[in-house]
Amino acid sequence: MDERKIRVVVAKPGLDGHDRGAKVVARALRDAGMEVIYTGLRQTAEQIVETVLQEDADAVGISILSGAHTFYFTKIIDMLREKDAGDVIVFGGGVIPDSDIPGLIEAGAGAVFGPGTPTTVCVEWLEGAVAKKRAKE
Amino acid sequence: MAVDTLLEKALGGDIRSIARIISLIENDNPEKDALLKRVYPMTGKAIVLGITGSPGAGKSTLTDKVIEHFRRQGKKVGVIAVDPSSPFSGGAILADRIRMQRHTGDSGVYIRSMGTRGSLGGLSRGTRESVILLDACGYDVIIIETVGVGQSEVDIIKIADTVCLVLVPGMGDDIQIMKAGIMEIANVFAINKADKPGVDRVAAEVRLMLDLVKDRPWVPPVHLTVAENGTGIEELVASIASHSVFLKSNPDGVRREWRRLAFEVEEILLQHITRMTEKSWNAYKTDEVMELLLSRKSNPYAVAEDVLRKIIPGTRVV
Repeated sequence: MDERKIRVVVAKPGLDGHDRGAKVVARALRDAGMEVIYTGLRQTAEQIVETVLQEDADAVGISILSGAHTFYFTKIIDMLREKDAGDVIVFGGGVIPDSDIPGLIEAGAGAVFGPGTPTTVCVEWLEGAVAKKRAKE
Repeated sequence: MAVDTLLEKALGGDIRSIARIISLIENDNPEKDALLKRVYPMTGKAIVLGITGSPGAGKSTLTDKVIEHFRRQGKKVGVIAVDPSSPFSGGAILADRIRMQRHTGDSGVYIRSMGTRGSLGGLSRGTRESVILLDACGYDVIIIETVGVGQSEVDIIKIADTVCLVLVPGMGDDIQIMKAGIMEIANVFAINKADKPGVDRVAAEVRLMLDLVKDRPWVPPVHLTVAENGTGIEELVASIASHSVFLKSNPDGVRREWRRLAFEVEEILLQHITRMTEKSWNAYKTDEVMELLLSRKSNPYAVAEDVLRKIIPGTRVV
């Protein structure tokens, strides 16, 4: 009975209104046995961070197609740290140029998955990252 | 973090600590019972409101509007929104809060999404105990949004003081409304999407059904609502408030509390017995035992009796 489910917030920050990708990932995580909290479109960084805290999520997946990825990743990661929740795994995907990825990782993102990534890659990576996070608790 | 520190912070209003304790509850952590026993004396102040109805009836949107109302009265609101877990993977898409996201930045509102995790009555395993925690943490109103239910997922009456059933036009004829189950548990009816055709018929049928119980001390009021634009919400919330007053002043209220408390004890007993049974069975369940069952040299009744005797010596199944 004592079983810890992986809880993930899948979030769409900012103004882009396309969430096909976010939904595909959410579905894949669900099928891997995770509880996926979907925020819906057009969220602010504050709303996303607050959702992560209220839902006691292990991780937050950010989907951005608008080009504002550096801004949102950095802001969300910083705000989580401020709220004493720097242990929450931040990952994401969308339309993000390869050249921007190292900067996001540098800022504290765990992984960034581009278009065409098989969902299994994403699922396996997240399972591993959550296991590592929990081992440290 | 030690559970004591976590609890202290939660009672002080720290959201992350509240969220973490709810996870301990949901995960059936061995420390949760002691924790709940400690906070129990601080409970009993909150109004617990259940919102139930079929999938797509507008429960989340209605919840959003009800939150807004209580916030205007300065009340702190806790929400537990339940969505179904997959019977195959155990995973879930928890998406009720999409409709309530505008309250996310409000420190007087706490929203928690839960997967049913195998529970079949419209709630999740951790719902009841999370209500205890939120009550202790000073939430004045606790709203439980059930999964989208059918005719018989009625566990919400075991937890909520007031049950609001959300109906929509076009769900069938008056025979559906006569049936036992979900229709009987409502204290307040919200006939939502009242801007759609057919709403008058549903309202008339519900009122006809209620006409047969009109001599009861509480006859559920029927409200037409359009949750999307807030129509009818004020009247609905007023009825919810009158039901709270009714419960405090009528023997029916005491009876309800009595039933709820008995249920609480039963739940705790069942949890412990289930835990013991699982432990005992898992230790007993060897390949050899399974082979004997498979070849029919043994039978499930005899095995169950052996397992049960490990827990309570001398018990008999048959």
